[in-house]
Amino acid sequence: MTTASQTTPRREFIYGIRAELPILIGVVPFGMIYGVLAIGAGLPPLAAQAMSAIVFAGSAQILATGLYAAGAPGVVIVLTTGVVNLRHALYSASIAPYTRRLSLAWKGLLAYLLTDEAYAVTITHYHAGGTDAEAIQYKHWFFLGAGLALWSAWQASTAVGILLGALIPSSWSLDFTLALTFIALVVPNIKDWAGLLAALAAGGMAVLAAGLPYKLGLVVASLVGILIGMLVEGGRWRSG
Amino acid sequence: MAIWLTMFFAGLITFGIRLSFIELLGKIELPPPLRRALRFVPPAVLTAIIFPELLLHEESLNISLGNPRLLAGLLAGLVAWRTKNAVLTILVGMAALYLLQTLIH
Repeated sequence: MTTASQTTPRREFIYGIRAELPILIGVVPFGMIYGVLAIGAGLPPLAAQAMSAIVFAGSAQILATGLYAAGAPGVVIVLTTGVVNLRHALYSASIAPYTRRLSLAWKGLLAYLLTDEAYAVTITHYHAGGTDAEAIQYKHWFFLGAGLALWSAWQASTAVGILLGALIPSSWSLDFTLALTFIALVVPNIKDWAGLLAALAAGGMAVLAAGLPYKLGLVVASLVGILIGMLVEGGRWRSG
Repeated sequence: MAIWLTMFFAGLITFGIRLSFIELLGKIELPPPLRRALRFVPPAVLTAIIFPELLLHEESLNISLGNPRLLAGLLAGLVAWRTKNAVLTILVGMAALYLLQTLIH
């Protein structure tokens, strides 16, 4: 704990912020889009801002906004948020070897800040040094710096989006930006037949089942899509 | 009030997932079928929201050139596919919607 290495908590913290800065260029428009969408979906401004602090997960927030606008019950929104964020369990598993010596308070704080964007720079920083005690001595400060930089940018860009959303009249069909945002998220990530057919099956089923009560059509359609995707991937179902 | 309760639980489940392995350190692992299913969750759920937005107008199906949302959505899909740029996709989609609404009415 003396002067064995040149790094200090302060220096690691600043490195973390600096590593996160380029990523913020992509995050800020996304936060603004969320803010605009949330207002378009009819969320009260305070609730829209609070969701950025409470949930703090971009894709899940936008999806929850879409479900809220579609009138889905709260249970469906909570479960969908969980499913969309399940990938964070993988991040959690890969960070765990580096954080096991930390106190529970540190673990809790870092878990709260464990987003895609903070994970990406932090795991790269951890991998550069190995898991021995001296190499990781202060690297949780890097994680904290990266996480807080992202957190601040996310809260601020959400606020700007909420202000914009409130200024734009409803005759501008702002609700349509939600469908467009989802198109922008889905289309580039379809990389094979299984993904494409999963999406088409879910979309088709959602139209057919739109009349079901409690927006259950959305759940049924999603499950059908996931099942079709798994079947196609498994090669158990082939069409000509 | 329901929205606040929903957000609280959505936040709690997200935090729980993020803390899971950091706290438990590799004691549990996702079963393989569940892990395979995960990658289909975003395309399935998102498309299930998109399609009715584009195709249903007041609960009836509208697949025609007179449906501006369908045409604007298809154009946005093309932009998303070619550019992978979310902001551009939204801008082109909204511009197309305004233009088509003006032309059709």
